[in-house]
Amino acid sequence: MAELIEPEKFDIAIKVRGLCNQFGDAVIHEDLDLDVRSGEILGVVGGSGTGKSVLMRSIIGLQIPTAGEVEVYGKTLDTIVDEEESRDLRRRWGVMFQGGALFSTLTVAENIQVPLREFYPRMDSELLDEIAAYKVAMVGLPNDAGPKYPAELSGGMVKRAGLARALALDPALLFLDEPTAGLDPIGAAKFDELIRELADTMGLTVFLITHDLDSLYATCDRVAVLAEKKVIAVGTIPELLATEHPWIQEYFNGPRGRAASGSNDALTRADRKS
Amino acid sequence: MAVWADFETNDGADGAEVRFSGRLTLARMGDLPQRLDELGPISLLDLSNITRIDTVGAWIVTRTMHRHDAKVVGASQDAQRLLDALANDTSEYRIHGDRRPAWVRMLEQLGTASVAIWNELLGIIGFFGAMVVALFNQIRARRAIRWNAIVTRFQTVGVDALPIIGLMSFLIGIVIAQQGSVQLKQFGLEVFTINLVGRASIRELGLLMTAIMVAGRSGSAFAAQIGTMKLTEEVDAMRTIGVSPMEAIVLPRVAASTITMPLLGFYASICAIIGGGIFCWIGLEIPPLTYVQRIREIIPMTDFWIMLIKAPVFGILIGVTGCYEGMQVRQNAEQVGKRTTSAVVAAIFLVIVLDAFFAVFFTSLGWN
Repeated sequence: MAELIEPEKFDIAIKVRGLCNQFGDAVIHEDLDLDVRSGEILGVVGGSGTGKSVLMRSIIGLQIPTAGEVEVYGKTLDTIVDEEESRDLRRRWGVMFQGGALFSTLTVAENIQVPLREFYPRMDSELLDEIAAYKVAMVGLPNDAGPKYPAELSGGMVKRAGLARALALDPALLFLDEPTAGLDPIGAAKFDELIRELADTMGLTVFLITHDLDSLYATCDRVAVLAEKKVIAVGTIPELLATEHPWIQEYFNGPRGRAASGSNDALTRADRKS
Repeated sequence: MAVWADFETNDGADGAEVRFSGRLTLARMGDLPQRLDELGPISLLDLSNITRIDTVGAWIVTRTMHRHDAKVVGASQDAQRLLDALANDTSEYRIHGDRRPAWVRMLEQLGTASVAIWNELLGIIGFFGAMVVALFNQIRARRAIRWNAIVTRFQTVGVDALPIIGLMSFLIGIVIAQQGSVQLKQFGLEVFTINLVGRASIRELGLLMTAIMVAGRSGSAFAAQIGTMKLTEEVDAMRTIGVSPMEAIVLPRVAASTITMPLLGFYASICAIIGGGIFCWIGLEIPPLTYVQRIREIIPMTDFWIMLIKAPVFGILIGVTGCYEGMQVRQNAEQVGKRTTSAVVAAIFLVIVLDAFFAVFFTSLGWN
């Protein structure tokens, strides 16, 4: 059996070097570098079409990059030949897609159990049910949500169920693609809080794609800005505010940016971390 | 350092004292839960030797703690945070729908299915009524008929179906002639094969097979198209703009299938007669000219009228069933598939039931 990955031994969870992505003539990424540190919540922002989702898909192996290297816990997906090894890597991350991507023919509980059944086929059904119940509780779904089908859930509940499924395997690494998009401000704020709480309790590393400035202020340790086909800046929000780049200035100091920074004290996050 | 989750036990006063070691995580759990279940009473759970714990590990510890009323000691700060999160929530979470004996569920299914079929029939009749009202409103308000939509549907329902329906009917004509001639030969009456082919195609089979084919080709397409439009909220968008979905989606489709059916049915009958004729020519050595003459003599005009009366009724039925099922799609993509299937099944079933009624009706009218 191949040596299992031990995520806590890595300071840098994800290492992206010289990533290039190209669709036909359209160059999405060119020589993109990014480090995601273990245990941090990294927000990824950028205008529409700057390839935030493509970057996520490149990291989790759904998109084969034109050039460059992506290392997750020291392993590169496209060079792994051993099936065991690639499964071991895959179960280290949980992904929550933008629309939730719940399997519509399965109940919420069954959705949560899918990854467990896939990776631990011999787990007895009682424990499976208990774990599913636990995850349902953990993401703050109501008591009776387990037997419901995705179509019977509200938008916020679909997101929570998606998160529960992403957390099913107790991953060390969590990818969230616009988790608060389409939620009302109260639901979004609760979701931000939930992500922060879970990350703290479970020691998660979170890769958070978002458009939501409030989310950035409320949850992220650092923010990576995607523009001009690469990551133009990474840092805490105060650090980013100190840079001169026009897009960053406009993003954080535009009317919406100022409103968000007013309601959230930008320094609290950095303080809590230190 | 132990990598896999493990434990050792010491006998204490009130039961075993369990000392966990290694990584108490989902990935390294192995058969630990089963082995833990096999132990007798447990009084103490010691977590001081574990190197890591995750939610599943925390759950196993909590579960054992509750079952044996044991104490947990030696939890690190991280472990304690996980355990606390579990301890705070004692409410019951439902994971499965209700679990009842199989025969109760079977009875319930039978009942539900019967009611569903009855409701479906009522639904189709109601939908037909709503469609007639919509048509009446359209005419009364002198709104333009959507000729473009009708012609497009006419193309897909009728013209595009010509090759497949033609080929199918041609082959059926051959089969009827061939099988019929084998039986009739025993009495030396092969020549009556012409009667068989001619009357069966015009009166029954040509139209019936066409109806089945149209239900499969177009009834299903109606249901799937409209179902998808329902899912993407196109139908709702239409309503908010003030366009009646009945007028914009349903009427053109039903109109197209209603107009198409008599034409397709007649075309299919002719193809079947040609198929039969070719078999008679080659297999029974009846020259085509004789065949055509015989056909003209033996097919009464009433057979043709029967077909022309039945065809639009079948057309309406297929169109209405397809559109009705499409409109019933709610919630998810899986429903589109289900509704499409039931559109085809219901349409074919109803066509055959109606055909039986028509057969009895026209015979008692004396149209033999």
